[in-house]
Amino acid sequence: MKKTGRKRPWYEYLWIVTPIYLGLGFFNILFAWLGMIFFCLPLIIALAGGGKLYCNRYCDRGRFFALLGGKLGLSRRRPTPRWLGSRWFRYGFLIFFFAMFFQMLFTTYLVGAGQQELGQTVKLFWTFRLPWHWAYHGTLFAPWVAQFAFGFYSLMLTSTLIGFIAMVLWMPRSWCVFCPMGTMTQLICRAKAGKAQP
Amino acid sequence: MAAKRLAQVGKNCVACGSCLEVCPLGAISIWKGVIAQVRGEKCVGCGKCAKECPASAIHVIEREVQQ
Repeated sequence: MKKTGRKRPWYEYLWIVTPIYLGLGFFNILFAWLGMIFFCLPLIIALAGGGKLYCNRYCDRGRFFALLGGKLGLSRRRPTPRWLGSRWFRYGFLIFFFAMFFQMLFTTYLVGAGQQELGQTVKLFWTFRLPWHWAYHGTLFAPWVAQFAFGFYSLMLTSTLIGFIAMVLWMPRSWCVFCPMGTMTQLICRAKAGKAQP
Repeated sequence: MAAKRLAQVGKNCVACGSCLEVCPLGAISIWKGVIAQVRGEKCVGCGKCAKECPASAIHVIEREVQQ
């Protein structure tokens, strides 16, 4: 029998990575380190001249929200407020996000230097500390490795929740409008394109 | 005969690629990771890209009448 419809490429199933990543971190926080892939890959692709191929094709979170908000109908599908897509907000959020990232790195350094105890908590929205001790079973590595994992998982969970709220309130991929990684890769691409116009 | 309408991308495009997924004719590409680009000769102005764009950066406009 002749098959109808196109065969879906493998990357259309990448949405599964988001729940797997967050699920693994619920049981063992050290899996949070895998998030460095989502952090580095878009930058590597953009710097290597691949543009925003990561956002366009391989971003698991974008696909996850497109699935929830699109096929599953969880989004109200209202226009994203214009100020969220303005340059000042996108760049401001990028700066804020990286400030929080470097603060997390500093905490990791303090734990590594023995000046601070390992905090077995996940910090939501950079404010609320949630107990997460069940996900830490000790490690062969130094305590700072676990501290980084707790901090990085906090960032990933917080940004996923912000994206989820944006998805429900506005469009399925409203998060993409102000995603710090998207903003940064677009900045890299703009710099590489120079004054050229499409 | 070319369609009467055409998708047009604004400068607030974030190049996320949501439009690529929904364009039935593959008329959109992302130019160097900076902005979505519509191929005028392919676009039929159906507006699916505009409906999907999270940044509301795409609008469907009337084509200028060719003299």
